[in-house]
Amino acid sequence: MEEKKIFSVAALFDTPDDITRAAKETNVAGYTKYDINTPYPVHGMEKAMKLKPSKLGIITFLLGVGGATFAVLFMSWVAIVDYPLVIGGKPFFSWPAFVPITFEVTVLSASVGTVVAMIALFFKFPHNSHPLHDTNYMKRVSSDKFGINIVAIDPIFDEAKIKEFFAKLGGKEIETIYEEPFPKDIKMFDKRFIGVLVLIAIVTAGTSYLVLNKLLYIQPFTWMAEQDKGLPQTKSEVFSDGFTMRPPVDGTVARDYVPYEYKGLKDSAVVNLSNPLPFSKQVIEKGKTSYDTYCSPCHGNFGKGDTRLRDQFPKPPTLHSDKVRNWTDGNIYHVITNGQNIMPSYDKQISRDDRWAIVYYIRVLQRSQNAKDSDFESNK
Amino acid sequence: MDYQKKELPKKFSTIGWILVAIGILLVAVSYLVNPMRASFNNVVALMFMTGISVGALILVSLEHLSGAVWSTPTRRVSEFLSSSIPFVFLLGIPLLFNLHGLFHWTHTDVVKSDAILQGKAPYLNTGFFIIRYIGIFAVLFLFYFIFTRNSRKQDITKDQSLTKRNVKISAVFMPVVAIGVSFLAIDWMMSLEPHWFSTIFGIYYITATLLAGLAATTYAVVSLNEKGYLHSSIGQDHYYSFGALLFGITNFWAYIAFSQFLLIWYANIPEETAWFMMRWTGGWKYVTIAMIIIRFAIPYFGLLTAPSKTDPKRLKIVSIIILFAHLFDMYWLIMPTYSNSAVFSFYEISFPILIVGMLILVFVYQAKRHNIIPIGDPKLQRGLDFHL
Repeated sequence: MEEKKIFSVAALFDTPDDITRAAKETNVAGYTKYDINTPYPVHGMEKAMKLKPSKLGIITFLLGVGGATFAVLFMSWVAIVDYPLVIGGKPFFSWPAFVPITFEVTVLSASVGTVVAMIALFFKFPHNSHPLHDTNYMKRVSSDKFGINIVAIDPIFDEAKIKEFFAKLGGKEIETIYEEPFPKDIKMFDKRFIGVLVLIAIVTAGTSYLVLNKLLYIQPFTWMAEQDKGLPQTKSEVFSDGFTMRPPVDGTVARDYVPYEYKGLKDSAVVNLSNPLPFSKQVIEKGKTSYDTYCSPCHGNFGKGDTRLRDQFPKPPTLHSDKVRNWTDGNIYHVITNGQNIMPSYDKQISRDDRWAIVYYIRVLQRSQNAKDSDFESNK
Repeated sequence: MDYQKKELPKKFSTIGWILVAIGILLVAVSYLVNPMRASFNNVVALMFMTGISVGALILVSLEHLSGAVWSTPTRRVSEFLSSSIPFVFLLGIPLLFNLHGLFHWTHTDVVKSDAILQGKAPYLNTGFFIIRYIGIFAVLFLFYFIFTRNSRKQDITKDQSLTKRNVKISAVFMPVVAIGVSFLAIDWMMSLEPHWFSTIFGIYYITATLLAGLAATTYAVVSLNEKGYLHSSIGQDHYYSFGALLFGITNFWAYIAFSQFLLIWYANIPEETAWFMMRWTGGWKYVTIAMIIIRFAIPYFGLLTAPSKTDPKRLKIVSIIILFAHLFDMYWLIMPTYSNSAVFSFYEISFPILIVGMLILVFVYQAKRHNIIPIGDPKLQRGLDFHL
């Protein structure tokens, strides 16, 4: 068996004053690599040991800044690039809404990161042992004694001299502490270790699921969850035929609804229909509102067929093709009202006047994409 | 206890009298030239001084209630500052004669045709308003009187039971002052815009109050201690506690102020956003931005590191900035009702000059009559020995 390597020489003192004096003397004697262990924080020890302020704060600061940056960038990416949603009419980059989350992520990454950094850098994870563990010295300094130990990496380390030095200072139970051999075969991915981790995960998740959903299922508020109303896909007790509502009488039409007389009769519509609305700014603005609401999801904001539906629905053709531009107003109106190919009828959703307003707006869009020379200010 | 009382030099009271004389002159001029603007500035001054005096009193009771020892040697400074409560009350007296000019809800013809103001009329009416004002200040003064009387009696008798009595009174005082200061904030500031409401407004002003009282105490403690008027044992660890507390409450203020803004911004209801819109139009936009910087960013970064919390020079500068920010905050809360665009002229500095002078005089008067350190307090020695 090879000889044990010395880790440090340790001594115990009885009072905080003694240990403070010992720390000062150790400093004077020129030792630099030593540590003090006390059962509670002893005031003035940093000064006696001439410690510099801890550098851990810098790590914490950097982690905090990193966490904040990550949170802001991630939220911006989600809200602007990946899944832009208009919420409450606010801009995509709504920084006030980001502030609480940024704050939380900053605190979380700074605090958790500091602990992880300590474990990784200070304890040299996965090594979780220290030569001072399990020594008589550590047992005493964690109850009622005040200890000092000078570590062997000190440039002027000499076991015998230090023992003499401690004895002169009045130290008791002076002892040499040996390195523990660093186990070389520590494996992070040991089968048993991973197995236990998986088992813990399954047991925790399973127990929580069972307890929270089966044993102790409590709804915090039932204000809106339980309502006396007919739900889809359920049997209703209201009427004997299982319906909650009576269907309207045959031939009922909604208020202001005018049935379309050319349903399925495209050729007649093209010939007979013309736009009854005046061509005015007001009508076009109305048409724009309706177009943006009902048409633009598929046809695009400018009618170029650039759908916002991301291939979840077939792309419609552009409205700027020669074919559509040469259609009569009645033809466009017919397509909106009747539907065409895969496009459904918008008879029910959009009122008759609004449909005609949309026709005007489509004309405006077409003109904007295929302007005539005379449209330009300079040519007037 | 090796405490030898040192008299404050004469020049303090001279400066105080000069400031008060200039202040009274300017206030008189501003009341003659533009009584309405002077009234609004008077409200700013009233709320500013309420912050310092009541905030200092809250600190006194906080020490009793939490059993803190670090602040015991400097508690008298807070007590001296809070002795200005009756003068703060006097500051509001001229306003009680001009409620009609200040508050929209005092116009009976307007209230008659306004369903919302009618609903608030049981609370917002002139009679009840004056009763509240007098009542709240009477109660606050009563508590001030009991706290300080017990403390001074202890200087002579060294009776420990007086400390216990103060602890019990503090437990009663805390909810009372929380409700009272909330009422003051709602009455004098929120009801300037009687249709607007914010349920967090009370705590916003309480935080500002605490911060003002603490900043004034910190400034007084650090500058007195540097000249040796307090005690040689008061040092870095006490300073650190003041600095950390200033830092913490500054953060708390930012938290509350941002919470108020966030909820109103999120819900986007016109009757709530109107209040912030007033402060984001005209020159007020720049005042708002400046306030965020002065009230939060400067104190935050000024006190962020550990050494800066123990640096007496830094503490004094930051305390003065926080006090100025408190004044600025009150200006920001109150003046947009007076004018749609940001205004600044001699009106705005006349009242601050008067109240600073008043504060110095009150402090010097108290310091002359009483010990600057509570020599009879059983916690004093532990407070002097306090180490982090």
